[in-house]
Amino acid sequence: MINEILTMNGYGFYVWSAFVFTFLNFVTLYIVTMVQYTKEKKKFIVKFGTLNAERAAFAKSQSINKEILSNTSSN
Amino acid sequence: MFKYFKPNKIFSVTSKAPKYVLLLFVIIFSIGLTEALILSPEDYKQSHAVRIMYVHVPAAWISLGIFSVITFLSLIGYTFKIINFFLISKSLAPSGLVFNIIALVTGSIWGKPTWGTWWAWDARITSMLILFLFYIMYLVAWRIYENNDKAFKVTSVITIFGIVNVPIIKYSVDWWNTLHQPASINILSKSSIHISMLFPLLIMTAAFALFSLLIFLMKYNTELIKIKNKGLDRL
Repeated sequence: MINEILTMNGYGFYVWSAFVFTFLNFVTLYIVTMVQYTKEKKKFIVKFGTLNAERAAFAKSQSINKEILSNTSSN
Repeated sequence: MFKYFKPNKIFSVTSKAPKYVLLLFVIIFSIGLTEALILSPEDYKQSHAVRIMYVHVPAAWISLGIFSVITFLSLIGYTFKIINFFLISKSLAPSGLVFNIIALVTGSIWGKPTWGTWWAWDARITSMLILFLFYIMYLVAWRIYENNDKAFKVTSVITIFGIVNVPIIKYSVDWWNTLHQPASINILSKSSIHISMLFPLLIMTAAFALFSLLIFLMKYNTELIKIKNKGLDRL
């Protein structure tokens, strides 16, 4: 059974290559996107940390900024 | 109506959605893989090589679909000056490109056992390669012009030229004598594919659509944070 799934009547090389290629593309795209997302978020947190109290309070009044900061631990 | 597309309003949803989409994708993709590699029958002519269809066809469909959506959003965005539509388009493009590459490469792998060649300058394959070039041009334009008015203009023009190629891809197998087989699935008429093969194909399409949604959400959130980073600089 397992041998049949692997060899696929002589077509195993082609079928598995296509699926592995697809899978590797998925993993690469996911990792690259995740790295970009994390990098941008870290940059935001660092910049936010440099703001003085008044500017930080103003920035925090925007819901999206609050959301970015609150999501830091969950992603 | 457009006020609902304001980034501030939708970020609270898009920032939480990826983990649920990822979970759903893993479940659907696992079912799809089991169906495609083990449970679905082999073809009477192509034998097990037909299984390549389960990655090749959904990838081609989604890559074409994403380019069409990008064009539509770019045109609406440019006409009504809705910057968020450009952000959505920009965030969709990477997964569209990757699905285009998957369609081209898996098509080439499928071509070897069925046609006896890895590549042919056939109308369908060549027009898919042209779509790949349009995706590259679109993404390079964003790299060059960043998020400014010129980027909106240039990327819109690229999509307008690129969308001409989409019906050519779709009907190339009918208009010309090609190595590539005609469509087996028709929405308006009876499909020539058996249900035992159609079912895994639709499951894999759903999985691929979920994956592109996942990448889109992550990319879109990144773009929004990038804009907010610039906003902090101006404070």
